[in-house]
Amino acid sequence: MRISVTVDGTTYTDDVEPRTLLVHYLRETLGKVGTVIGCDTSNCGACTVHLDGHSVKSCSVLAVQADGCEVTTIEGLARDGELHPVQRAFHDNHALQCGFCTPGMIMQSIDLLADDPDPDEQAVREGLEGNLCRCTGYQNIVRAVRDAAHQMRPGAGPEAERLTEDTASKVGGGGE
Amino acid sequence: MTSTVEPEVGKARLRKEDARLITGRTRWTDNLALPGMLHLAVLRSPFAHAKIVSIDVSEAKKAPGVVAVYTAKDLDPDGSIAMPCAWPITPDMKSPRRPVLAADQVNFAGEGVAVVAARSAAEAHDALEAIDVDYEDLPVVLGMENALADGAPLVHEELGTNQNAVWVFDSGEAGSGGDVGEAIAKAEVTLTRRFRQQRLVPAFMEPRSCVVDPTSAQLTMWSATQVPHILKTMSALTLGIPEHKLRVIAPDVGGGFGGKIAVLPEETMCLLVAQKLGKPVKWTESRSETMLTAHHGRDQIQDITISANRDGTVTGLKVDLLADMGAYLGLVGPGVPILGAFMFNAIYKIPAYRFACTNVFTNTTLTDAYRGAGRPEATFAIERIMDELAAELGMDPLELREKNWIKHDEFPYTTVSTLTYDSGNYEAATAKAKELFDYDGLRREQQERRDAGDPVQLGIGISTFTEMCGLAPSRVLGSLDYAAGGWEHASIRVLPTGKVEVITGASAHGQGHETAWSQIVADQLGVAFEDVEVLHGDTQSSHKGMDTYGSRSLAVGGIAVVKAAEKVVAKARKVAAHMMECAEDDLEFASGKFTVKGTESSTALGDIAFTVFAAHDLPEGMEPSLDSDATFDPENFSFPHGTHLCAMEVDTETGRVSIRKYVCVDDVGAVVNPLIVEGQVHGGLAQGIAQALFEEAVHDETGTLTTGTFADYLLPSAADLPSFVTDRTETPSTTNPLGVKGVGEAGTIASTPAVVNAVIDAVRHRGVNEIEMPLSPMRVWSAIHRGDTGAGGVGGESGGGLGSIDATGGAQ
Repeated sequence: MRISVTVDGTTYTDDVEPRTLLVHYLRETLGKVGTVIGCDTSNCGACTVHLDGHSVKSCSVLAVQADGCEVTTIEGLARDGELHPVQRAFHDNHALQCGFCTPGMIMQSIDLLADDPDPDEQAVREGLEGNLCRCTGYQNIVRAVRDAAHQMRPGAGPEAERLTEDTASKVGGGGE
Repeated sequence: MTSTVEPEVGKARLRKEDARLITGRTRWTDNLALPGMLHLAVLRSPFAHAKIVSIDVSEAKKAPGVVAVYTAKDLDPDGSIAMPCAWPITPDMKSPRRPVLAADQVNFAGEGVAVVAARSAAEAHDALEAIDVDYEDLPVVLGMENALADGAPLVHEELGTNQNAVWVFDSGEAGSGGDVGEAIAKAEVTLTRRFRQQRLVPAFMEPRSCVVDPTSAQLTMWSATQVPHILKTMSALTLGIPEHKLRVIAPDVGGGFGGKIAVLPEETMCLLVAQKLGKPVKWTESRSETMLTAHHGRDQIQDITISANRDGTVTGLKVDLLADMGAYLGLVGPGVPILGAFMFNAIYKIPAYRFACTNVFTNTTLTDAYRGAGRPEATFAIERIMDELAAELGMDPLELREKNWIKHDEFPYTTVSTLTYDSGNYEAATAKAKELFDYDGLRREQQERRDAGDPVQLGIGISTFTEMCGLAPSRVLGSLDYAAGGWEHASIRVLPTGKVEVITGASAHGQGHETAWSQIVADQLGVAFEDVEVLHGDTQSSHKGMDTYGSRSLAVGGIAVVKAAEKVVAKARKVAAHMMECAEDDLEFASGKFTVKGTESSTALGDIAFTVFAAHDLPEGMEPSLDSDATFDPENFSFPHGTHLCAMEVDTETGRVSIRKYVCVDDVGAVVNPLIVEGQVHGGLAQGIAQALFEEAVHDETGTLTTGTFADYLLPSAADLPSFVTDRTETPSTTNPLGVKGVGEAGTIASTPAVVNAVIDAVRHRGVNEIEMPLSPMRVWSAIHRGDTGAGGVGGESGGGLGSIDATGGAQ
């Protein structure tokens, strides 16, 4: 079947088998390998992308279902060389180790913040329930999402609610 | 070395690695697409034990896109290829051949029997459906005690037994302590318990993958492996590939936790198929394949007896272990229980000790290293039985521990299992943890809830632990019959412009080596953190190494980097003295500059590097290079320790448990990057807590893995875990120049017993003294209400055994 999909701002037209999953189309046909596959039961969330602005597990969407849609992947987040605030927050808060779950985690976090611009810890934890991470114990991911929320809130520029010197050194010191 | 700039080591540097990982520009093995590359898919046995009567691949060969289909007889006609096991723990260890593909018989569900090469992965998987295998059932043996019973079906008929090996340590015989039989006979109190270490799946997030390119004179293999160097040498030995014609690359690797320490049959298969077809091939597993065929971890039955005086002084410890190897031996699988043998005595002064393990074959996926490998199992058993002993004696469990532990002023201390702990301060870590936890306050609340008969009870769990890190001392590994050494290698290349490349043999998969090694080199050479590039995971650039496992990277590999840097400085000093026309002894090196003592006259390392590059005027006999190589083989392990305290709320009406507060104070020696240390502790805690509460690989009575996907195997999500309170004390290791100890496994080792002790502490007054892991609501509820339900066998002297009433009880 012929489909036309806009991925990270570029429109692609391709013939795909009806059974092709969106994640396979992204990785194998378009070479968008920033989106990864961690399981085959839609449990891990590693392949999360945005479909028309909302997060989906791209292993649970057929490529043909994305026909005429806009897809954003981890590779399309940074603009003009500037990282998305959520990407930056993941870096600033050491919210990744091996990094395999990270693209999906970031995409899900952005959608979570779109729904709730100021989530508390429990809301972040519940909002990320469909994305598994084996390295971080999630603590720094939760911290990163909340940090990004502060930066993205209207009136709070990236610098306005940065960690103070004091809290930064506490974080560095291993205390909570 | 004195320095006028702020040291990098100790700074919470954000990671260099992150830039590519947060933008999706990562080099996972499965991302590779080489020209003409074929995709491989493996047909796997649905049966745990069966004869292969015939395999018909004729229809599969005709399937769309299929280029070739191979069985064992095609890939290994004379049956000579065997996957390696590097740890023959006893001279008479039974070591069955593990083939690349099963030829005549399958021994676990998931074992590969045929491989398809096709133009696309989808076509390769489609063609698997067309392969017709005729199996003839064999009796399946599951459960270690069943496997050792008289008349049990044999996994490998030709071995005549399911017993793989028996390994014993006895302190009386070793001269490191007394006779444990005597200690137990004379004791005022003895306590025997049976603990079960359920089978776990390492569950790294990136499934395993391998690409082999045979199209140049050198065979190149990319693999999502923890051990590219070991993989290269083992592949050369296994297949007779000239080692210099093989290059192994571990690009970005999405986690390992021991689960990627194997030399895989599929990697060997990729090498064989690529060579046969003369084309690049790729194999990437699905998660369901990972669960079935990547090795599992833990799976032990521990019978442990402790003897003590009424005042709480422990007098002896006896451990009898059964360890399930699965159907074959992994690369280091037989040695995993032995790593634990040295840790059962933990932080305690125990005068007599005996350890015996029996490794057993069953028709299951093989077991091998998993985060902590041997030490979590040992720590669990000793920390659980210390709690049981405290209850028996009516003592506070922390007081019992204090009475027996090695005191700060007693280091270095040689234990009953013959290890010499170089440094430690259990008092300091415990004091700090108690304060952060509000130990006394929570104990008061516990009593109040108990008095009030609150349906939600509070329990406090303690785990004061140590581990052996920095897996090296080659001579020690040799004395334990491990086939290889444990040293680590580093090279430093000083480039003409003064920038620096560091090559490390420790192959990272998420640990942050690029950042930590840059910090070490920045301090050692006085160059900027940003001016250091760290190369790893490619045997062409990193030509020597022993890779990453057992929390060895920093304590062994990081020290090799220090040693290499010292050689660079020594070479540069000669050039500086020549340039500045002074004696070498007149120069001091600090902040990247050699200065003539007592003067302002100085030369920077960058200038020296260019002078050496130009080579117009060098000291007599000097090669034009500041580059250096170093290998570090430590004298001793390192021994991180810590105190973990867990407060757990247990709903006695539903069996639901939830962590109210988790505090840990870890002492990992000196710290290179506190951010990385904290992250490693968090991740380790999550894995250890998951063993206590969530995870278990379960086989049904036919040997089918019933927890074969992430839908059935309960990996915790963010919503299942709390935030942890982590802190540190720093007691530097005395056996390496950085004073570092290692941190990767600490959280996992310590947290499992802390959580289980907390749950049992919450309901001990209801007569509960044992619940098998994972502590599902069903198991907890049953343990509390066993009097009501009549479900016997829970806890008590007979140990666990919830199998009769719990569907997740598995085959034991």
